[in-house]
Amino acid sequence: MIVKSLDPRIERAALDDESKIGELNVHEHFETYEVFQQVKRGTHHQHVGNVHAPNAEMAMLFAKEQYCRRGAAVNLWVVATSNVYVTEYVDADIFETTEDKLYRDPNSYKVMDRINAYKARTSKV
Amino acid sequence: MEFTETHVEGLKELLYKMADDLLIIGHRNSEWTGLGPMLEEDIAFSSMAQDKVGQSLALFELLHELGESDPDTVAFTRNDNQFHCSQLVELPIGEYDFSMVRHFFFDHAEAIRFEMLANSVFEPLSMVARKFKGEIKYHTMHADIFMQKLAAGGEESFSRMQNSINETFGLALGMFEPGKYEEALIESGIFGGEAELQQRWLDKVVPLLESFGYVVPKVESTAPAFGGRNGIHTPHLQPLLDEMTEVFSIDPGADW
Repeated sequence: MIVKSLDPRIERAALDDESKIGELNVHEHFETYEVFQQVKRGTHHQHVGNVHAPNAEMAMLFAKEQYCRRGAAVNLWVVATSNVYVTEYVDADIFETTEDKLYRDPNSYKVMDRINAYKARTSKV
Repeated sequence: MEFTETHVEGLKELLYKMADDLLIIGHRNSEWTGLGPMLEEDIAFSSMAQDKVGQSLALFELLHELGESDPDTVAFTRNDNQFHCSQLVELPIGEYDFSMVRHFFFDHAEAIRFEMLANSVFEPLSMVARKFKGEIKYHTMHADIFMQKLAAGGEESFSRMQNSINETFGLALGMFEPGKYEEALIESGIFGGEAELQQRWLDKVVPLLESFGYVVPKVESTAPAFGGRNGIHTPHLQPLLDEMTEVFSIDPGADW
């Protein structure tokens, strides 16, 4: 059976339910790459998402259109997700801190973040 | 400088073929939307197709300033024999290998054409050429990486790409069909001409393809697919136009 559609693109695709629908096997998908975008020179690259790609160069191509097509970037990093070393959630307790270590609380840093964000908003890119 | 009537006619001819090429390739490539080989590539290829239509609009606007009808009228009310696009861009999308090879050949020619026009004495055109520099750079980067990776993607991938290169090369040479006003365009400094463009294009694409491992057909033994610039088209263009102008034909005043 050929799929009938009012959309000419679907017609052109000649979606034939016998020949076109295959089984999806393990490892049939490309691996993922994590995408880090820098919106302004000198600022941190920030994680914005990921893309599937067969290699780093294509990951860069896809990341550009996926995450930066509205122009807000000067630089991109793509890193194979498999190259990211991660902690386990069962070890989340390593991040816990006790109340008597308030001296470690970087309150002043939080203020700096806000000052920097304000600067970024008001200065020209 | 003062433009003579011949210069203006030459300029219009140049703008029409560029705008028509971009409109038609944009429309063709958008036919992949929803059918791309993978989601990310679907988005990238569709987005580039949209860029092409946007670039054509900028050129139709220049034509409007030179006294031609408004962009919508020009884009949506002509028949195939009034179009000046090359036959390369009007052919159906075929399979991804053909679409990719066409994208590679076309976009490198476009990049070089815009590079040459960035110094045009017709300032509105040089401004348009400069405006799209980054956009087109991404398009050629996309084409280069795909051509390179698919050359190295195994036997089937390589032979599909190589066959498409062989079949598309003459069509691509058709892009450089000389117009009636080549000399006027060159001596006035409006545009360096199709012959120079073709040479610069060959200097760019041949070594690139060879570095990826492909064999490029010889120019001397390839018949260029001329005709498109003079309104002679394959049977594929009119159905495309019928589809493209469907909404406009129903309601020319529609806002959308």
